[in-house]
Amino acid sequence: MTIDWFPLWLSLRVALVATALGVAAGISIAYLLANREFRFKDALDAAVTLPLVLPPTVLGYYLLVVIGRESPIGQIWEKMFGSPLVFTWKAAVAAAFLRSFPLLVKSSRAALENVDRSYERAARTLGASEWKLFCRVTLPLARRPIYAATALAFAQALGDFGATLMVAGNIPDRTQTMALAIYDAVEAGNGFLARVLVLVISALALIILTFANRLAPAVVKR
Amino acid sequence: MIKARIKKTFPARPDSAGFSLDIDFSAASGITVLFGPSGSGKTLTLDSIAGFVRPDEGRILLDDAILFDGATRVHLAPQARQCGYVFQNYALFPHMTLRENLAFAAERRPRLERHRRVNEMLERFRLQDMAGRRPHEVSGGQKQRCSIARALIGSPKLLLLDEPAQGLDAPLRVEFYDILRQVQAEFKTPMILVTHDLEECFELGEEMIVLYQGRMVQSGPPRRVLDQPANLEVARLLGAFNLIPAEIRMLDPGRNRSRVQVGEFEIEGPYFPGHLKGDRVTVCVRPEQLRALPRNGRPGANQVAVELKRAIERPRGVRLEFSGGIAVDLSRADYEAQRENKDWLIEFPGDSLRVL
Repeated sequence: MTIDWFPLWLSLRVALVATALGVAAGISIAYLLANREFRFKDALDAAVTLPLVLPPTVLGYYLLVVIGRESPIGQIWEKMFGSPLVFTWKAAVAAAFLRSFPLLVKSSRAALENVDRSYERAARTLGASEWKLFCRVTLPLARRPIYAATALAFAQALGDFGATLMVAGNIPDRTQTMALAIYDAVEAGNGFLARVLVLVISALALIILTFANRLAPAVVKR
Repeated sequence: MIKARIKKTFPARPDSAGFSLDIDFSAASGITVLFGPSGSGKTLTLDSIAGFVRPDEGRILLDDAILFDGATRVHLAPQARQCGYVFQNYALFPHMTLRENLAFAAERRPRLERHRRVNEMLERFRLQDMAGRRPHEVSGGQKQRCSIARALIGSPKLLLLDEPAQGLDAPLRVEFYDILRQVQAEFKTPMILVTHDLEECFELGEEMIVLYQGRMVQSGPPRRVLDQPANLEVARLLGAFNLIPAEIRMLDPGRNRSRVQVGEFEIEGPYFPGHLKGDRVTVCVRPEQLRALPRNGRPGANQVAVELKRAIERPRGVRLEFSGGIAVDLSRADYEAQRENKDWLIEFPGDSLRVL
């Protein structure tokens, strides 16, 4: 029996793009939370944490509201690219992004706040702009926990089920990720396929977590 | 030339007592030492000048630039202040080599000049051989030198040093004092140095400012502050005095004389302006101003009979602690000659006696 590996490649691609977007957005928001004082800061912090605790179906529903064909974003997308965003692999990226993004914000914020303030102060007295000191001092010093969080976020993005199902559907060879393929295999009574896919995704997650653990505890030497 | 008038209040909170800083000083070229116990506002003063902390009121002028002005809401960013800062922990970037640390600081200079400038500083601070190493791979003294070099590379108008000798062993401290004096002679950058070490004040300070609980309690050359502490508080902070309760018995401005009673003895001193007969005062005398003598018969003029509690060996001699909490410093030879003494006398200096 041949196994269709499309869901694995799709999952990897979705998780990779979602994590890349998540890192960029996560570090930006973490920077704001760690360095700036503004109104509704606590509200922003709570809002980015929300996806961690809400049921996947709720996330999927919100996503449909935001990027569905009726929504402004969905319509702009359709005008620009000629086809709807929902029920494509790009919608799956949006779902995976939403799942992994809170973890990246939380961990990046903690990592940035953990950097000894005297390094940033030193950089300021040496004339470095805020941007330069962030790129060349704070971020490099916080990089290890951020790498670890990125690995975890990737693993999380790999396994999203509910939100993906709602915004990207379960279209074989188009939007069927690993998690959805496993569900289908079990439903169809294809025990062999289900076992293989489950083992593959577990092994993958295990490797990523081991990798993340090796990154996390290392502290920068003084 | 730096002129700073700074007010900053941290209101009391359930978890902290609150603190207020209120100082006004100016410092010309040379090294000015901010001296005080921890929690007296020394570092807060430094941080206000560097721009890390925004004072509530006041004005900070460096040469003719306004760094901060409460009334017109001027508050320059640390980047724009041209103040070098040497941190207590050095704050060398741990992920960069020493050379990269210096290069980071040199980036404000013209591109062509940077490389030469970095090399010059590495050589000047004897760091050429270490230039490729990271801060955790070099010694404390080298880190120290590198942090001074890094602070100076952009030619700041003022150098701020926060307890820079704190983590150094005794020999390294001596070396560090030398370096700082050389830097001062060579670069002519005015410096403000924070410390709670009196020796350091004397080693380095041309002027010292004594801070206590956010206020300036005295300022002047260290020698003068030590010779004439302005009040009991300063004398306590300097930690270098015998402070003995006494009562004024007689004052004679005409002959510039006075007599004070210490315990059951009377000692003579100069006239103390501003005091009245019968005032309870504190005699303030340094341990090395007192003489310890063997007691034979009745105590003479200005002598007090005391009982020896213990003798403490010190690096430069011996400190004797007597009843009444009076300490006397003797040289080793003096002590060896007298160690068999059964009963002791202490002789007060007479003319240089001070009361607070």
